Amino acid sequence: MRALAWHGKHDVRVDTVDDPEIVNPRDAILKVTSTAICGSDLHLYDGYIPTMKAGDILGHEFMGEVVDVGVESTLEIGQRVVVPFTLACGRCYHCNKQQHAACDNGNPADNQDIGEKLYGHGMPGLFGYSHMTGGYAGGQAEYVRVPFSDVGPIVIPDGVDDDKVLFLSDILPTGWQAAEYAEIEPGDTVAVWGCGPVGLFAVQSAFLMGAERVIAIDHFPHRLELARHFGAETINFEESATYDALMVMTGGIGPDAVIDAVGLEAHGAFVDNIVDQIKVSTFLGTDRTHAIRQAIIACRKGGRVSMPAVYGGFVDKFPLGALMEKGLTLRTGQTNVQKYMPGLLAAIMEGKIDTSFLISHRMGLEDAPQGYKLFHDEQDRTTKIVLKPGMDMAA
Amino acid sequence: MPHNDHDDAPVATSKTASPERELVMRAVTINRSASDLYDFWRDFPNLARIMDNIVSIEPINGTRSRWVVRGPGGTEYEWVSTVTKDVPGEEITWQAEGDAEIANSGRICFRETHDRGTVVTATIAYDPPAGVVGKVIAKVLQREPELQARRDLRRFKQLMEAGEIATNARNARMRAEEMN
Repeated sequence: MRALAWHGKHDVRVDTVDDPEIVNPRDAILKVTSTAICGSDLHLYDGYIPTMKAGDILGHEFMGEVVDVGVESTLEIGQRVVVPFTLACGRCYHCNKQQHAACDNGNPADNQDIGEKLYGHGMPGLFGYSHMTGGYAGGQAEYVRVPFSDVGPIVIPDGVDDDKVLFLSDILPTGWQAAEYAEIEPGDTVAVWGCGPVGLFAVQSAFLMGAERVIAIDHFPHRLELARHFGAETINFEESATYDALMVMTGGIGPDAVIDAVGLEAHGAFVDNIVDQIKVSTFLGTDRTHAIRQAIIACRKGGRVSMPAVYGGFVDKFPLGALMEKGLTLRTGQTNVQKYMPGLLAAIMEGKIDTSFLISHRMGLEDAPQGYKLFHDEQDRTTKIVLKPGMDMAA
Repeated sequence: MPHNDHDDAPVATSKTASPERELVMRAVTINRSASDLYDFWRDFPNLARIMDNIVSIEPINGTRSRWVVRGPGGTEYEWVSTVTKDVPGEEITWQAEGDAEIANSGRICFRETHDRGTVVTATIAYDPPAGVVGKVIAKVLQREPELQARRDLRRFKQLMEAGEIATNARNARMRAEEMN
């Protein structure tokens, strides 16, 4: 099959590789119909994620048609499914608590060593995202092996377009969980740092959860425009002083809840990487931890801090004092995708959440390397690239 | 659980005690009954599924079993292990017989909790391998006991909870390579 493989910094290629097969009883094999390039894929592209190996197949946002099943899969050949980016067994203590992103069993035993050393516990398994999170081949390919297919993938009803449901795989549940972790009460004002896909879905989710006002912060005009389209007020941090603006806009109280949807996007980076990553970050200027610091400083006393943003290591000047003295609550974590998928699919079907607005580019799998370059170089207009392996055949 | 005189922490975690043999202790909680887990473990050939580099584990009689482990360049090492204590559903203790290349003994305990399954605690005592040859053997056999216990117990948990052992192999050929 053809697959988008990582070969090094700014070097991704479409290679011909062996097809995947059923390996374990709960596996399924999908023929991929749509797969997106994630902002966090850019950090693989930029070469900042450790434990990558040349030839690793990327892609953790994907969906497709079931073409083969293991004896214990509950899927049927021909079904269309969206796959959570986190691999969860569905049977351990954490899965039973719907903390799927903390699943003990999704990451192969040997690959858990690094996480245990860095974080105290092994990391979960993720598709297409380095070997410390499992070394699983991702979905930017014609076919993909999906473990735990009896509990992960969600079946999509016939007639629903890929573009409406693809983002159930990661960014929509991630934005939703971010808003949930903000513990929004009716009448609240919520501030969201970062209007990438997760931030924009957090804006929509916050309103659905009863926020009266959402204030979105970014520096890309097009992204701020999208946030405004969903009802947010906006602050362009290059043109306005964010803290001062927030204070005036909230009558000196500060936002009741703040959401950092910027982050470092670096799964499990090592200490010496962090400094570089901060300097070369692409999403919000040169000092990316600035977002979480600023969010904590702006948050009202007794408020909530939600951090869907990905961090990998250590940060300097973390305002721990402000967290304590103002009595803030901090919630964060990888997304428990499996928990939110059914409810969010229903919300999409009912028209309560719009997802396809995000897609700025659609292209074939063969064009994926150009897609990475475009997404990397043109952050403002390139909100989301979706690869359609079938388009190559059609062309 | 053995502990020292000063606190309740397991002796294997002591910063001051210096036991005659190296001690490794690791615990994992598995969402199954103690009897299920004991039954799997006590049927020693099953352990080849969760342990690295096992060629075969062959019962000789009720308490003795012959272990054959893969070594460098196609060589194989073997020893006989004897069960020295056996409490069904609770505990198994074993000891490698005299001529084993790395003298080792161990114990695995199964303690059921009221709501989280069973706490499995493995304790391995071993003599650090002597000399260059011993170190090479230990390294190649991956008998660095801490690493081995860590990975084996993870696989044990995966198999008993998820019903399969997680692998990133994309197909049967890659899976077979991984097992070798």
